[in-house]
Amino acid sequence: MTETMIDLSRLQFAATAMYHFLFVPLTLGLAWILVIMETTYVLTGRTIYRDMTKFWGKLFGINFALGVTTGITMEFQFGTNWAYYSHYVGDIFGAPLAIEGLMAFFLESTFIGLFFFGWDRLSKAKHLLVTVLMAVGSNLSALWILIANGWMQDPVGAEFSYTTMRMELTSFWEVMFNPTAQAKFVHTVSAGYVTASIFVLGISSWYLLKGRDVEFARRSFRIAAAFGFASALSVIVLGDESGYAVTESQQSKLAAIEAMWETEPAPAGFKLLAWPNEAKQANDWEIEIPYVLGLIATRSTTETIPGIREIRERNRARIESGIHAVKALERLRRDANDAEAKATFEAHKADLGYGLLLKKYVDDVSLATPEQIAQAARDTVPAVAPMFWSFRLMVLLGFLFLALLTVAFWSSITGNFADKPWLLKWALWSIPLPWIAAEVGWFVAEYGRQPWSIYGVLPTRLSVSTLSEASLYGSLAGFIGFYTLLLAVELYLMFKYARLGPSSLGTGKYHFERAGGPLPAGAFADKV
Amino acid sequence: MFDYETLKIIWWLLVGVLLLGFAVMDGHDMGVGTLLPFVGRTDTERRVIINTVGPHWDGNQVWFITGGGAIFAAWPLVYATAFSGFYWAMLAVLWALFFRPVGFDYRSKIANPTWRRTWDWGLFIGGFVPPVIFGVAFGNLLQGVPFHFDDNLVSHYTGSFWQLLNPFALLAGVVSSAMITFHGANYLMHRTEGAIFERTRLWAMISGLVMVAAFLLAGVFVADLPGYVITSPVDPSALPNPLAKTVNVETGAWLNNFAAQPLLWAVPALGVLGGLAGVLLAMLRQTLAAFVASSLAMAGIIGTAGVALFPFVMPSSSAPASSLTVWDSVSSHLTLTLMFWATVIFMPLIIFYTGWAYKVMAGKVTERFIEANDKAAY
Repeated sequence: MTETMIDLSRLQFAATAMYHFLFVPLTLGLAWILVIMETTYVLTGRTIYRDMTKFWGKLFGINFALGVTTGITMEFQFGTNWAYYSHYVGDIFGAPLAIEGLMAFFLESTFIGLFFFGWDRLSKAKHLLVTVLMAVGSNLSALWILIANGWMQDPVGAEFSYTTMRMELTSFWEVMFNPTAQAKFVHTVSAGYVTASIFVLGISSWYLLKGRDVEFARRSFRIAAAFGFASALSVIVLGDESGYAVTESQQSKLAAIEAMWETEPAPAGFKLLAWPNEAKQANDWEIEIPYVLGLIATRSTTETIPGIREIRERNRARIESGIHAVKALERLRRDANDAEAKATFEAHKADLGYGLLLKKYVDDVSLATPEQIAQAARDTVPAVAPMFWSFRLMVLLGFLFLALLTVAFWSSITGNFADKPWLLKWALWSIPLPWIAAEVGWFVAEYGRQPWSIYGVLPTRLSVSTLSEASLYGSLAGFIGFYTLLLAVELYLMFKYARLGPSSLGTGKYHFERAGGPLPAGAFADKV
Repeated sequence: MFDYETLKIIWWLLVGVLLLGFAVMDGHDMGVGTLLPFVGRTDTERRVIINTVGPHWDGNQVWFITGGGAIFAAWPLVYATAFSGFYWAMLAVLWALFFRPVGFDYRSKIANPTWRRTWDWGLFIGGFVPPVIFGVAFGNLLQGVPFHFDDNLVSHYTGSFWQLLNPFALLAGVVSSAMITFHGANYLMHRTEGAIFERTRLWAMISGLVMVAAFLLAGVFVADLPGYVITSPVDPSALPNPLAKTVNVETGAWLNNFAAQPLLWAVPALGVLGGLAGVLLAMLRQTLAAFVASSLAMAGIIGTAGVALFPFVMPSSSAPASSLTVWDSVSSHLTLTLMFWATVIFMPLIIFYTGWAYKVMAGKVTERFIEANDKAAY
């Protein structure tokens, strides 16, 4: 196993996961916006709401297609590139993935077909039911994948078995109701709702700025503003919830996010800005708001939060204990009835993962030098600067969204939003921002877990498949090629249909279809 | 509830059911994809063909995804070893599948003929390549795959991609591709009329006969193929450890199960008779019955491979003792129990609402329909 191999495997996973996550948030939120639009249609009987459902549904479909395409990659990749991971934790990790298929993917994927093709074959109420089930399905799939991911961050309800040489499930209940997973789920789906709201808000604003299909755009704007305002509030409140959860399971992630090198007296201050210096293990300068972090993270004024130095010191002790676990395990693999090895193993089992961290530096961990142990202990906290800055970017964007959606919601109540070009332009130019927030949020969660693939249990570097570097370069190049091409096609269609607007439905009622209306080049080209 | 041994066998059956579900459901839309460029001559004809599966292909594909997830959960070592060992074959399947979601959804959103023809071939690749590769993979499973485990159960694959493409494996690829094309043709006949129907009918009869012939030929070869036999005592309820057994390689051993239980010959017979019945029914234009017959034929063919291999799942040619079997590649008792109940609860629901979706969309897709729904149809 070479460093290049490990880096390539990680790069491929990160690239494909982040790419997949370009399409997921919009699906999660837009599905509910479609439900709101169609419910309004069913209640009021006004066809403009049906047209809204169909038009935003078209954009939903263009996005969904790539979500499906890139989602299959993720399922393949645990097996193809993370074979040892799949063996080591498949007993726990595989179950939520399989249940995701059974409970969520089938629902979502079966009903999306009827959503698009069932308009003339289903009653109004039945079609609405189909749309609701599609939205429920897509959100349930987020639940199960985040239960799986939450377990990677905080591996509860499982135990290592030396006979089978893997982690085994002890309580599915604990895995399912893992507080980390639940907090991640609500944070992630509400972030998806914000993404979709700003998407609909921004495109509707563009129609209003152009003065076309005004009725259609006003109604879409109102729904997006109301839905988005509620979601932006919850994304911040529930982001705080996942901040609380992180302190319990992954103090190293929190310490890195906060660039907190020393353990500070409770309640710790929140560093608004700082310049982390990895070599000095200190910040060159910092601007701090007193007490805030301690209150958010521990919800008390007396509990302390450990700093990076303290965490590394503590982990050094765990690595030393872990060496005994690794050695005892090697003996047990040769002879399962070795009573002495069994006793040693039981005593040090909790630190097995920490002992495995030394494999990066030495094959026989009992030969590790104090320097190697110290280095492995340093590795247990991820690089501070990237964590610190990505987290702050995400939070800043979150507050920007809240500001936009508050103003938009207020203006849609007072009813004068269409007369505020600055608001419409603000909404339009905000369209790409939720994607940036989602990607850096993903980065904070996953990079922040390093050097582990399963926190405290399995180091990332041991999780990979034994593949050749050539294979990995080849597959990475293939993914980059396919994904670049697919993204270009998707964006082309998305822009084309967003520009066409509801005229793309062919109802004859909208801007480009009315007699005398100006025609953009190619607007009717898709009539065969 | 169930003891470990029973659950191990139940999961062998359930993986078989999921594979068959995949073949019957996703198989028919992949077959339609395979036939698309050959049966559809004009753009409207091709849209008719695409729209017979338009509302359903996505749900059908979940059989594949759930099958993969279930193997991950129930047979983690098989999932890890097969996916990493067959790395390039798996990537080829994956990349071929890329063409389906975008092909279906994007193709008719732009009227440019080159654009549409390109996606038609994309849909062909997405329908044709995966069944061929799955067939080739089964062909290799029957010959053993070069992999072994070290002490920590890290799997090492020592073969190359090209050696997967040996004659027997390619023959298995022909069986698989013909089977999926045959099945897709039966479905397509059921949902179309006129010229498309007639052309498809010819394809159904030819691919059905090719399937039966290739399957029989593969059966002849198997008698001379090395099979695998566990030579150490087996404790089916033991904790899974694939390194705790010894395995011998014996020519023709894949027929041992049939020799021990002659009743099992009914399984390959179902493959042959189902196939012949399907061809006859296609000839008689009994489309729905032909579809049922090709489903049964697939049950027979996939079942034959499963029964021949049992209790092996993935034999190792380079280190037979590392071979994975239903006894020693499974997850824990608790996970198998949990996944069993999850399947028992959700599978009937899935079958129920999938059936409803097909009922809502039932009937022939016509050229008139496509012309009237130019903007909404695929």
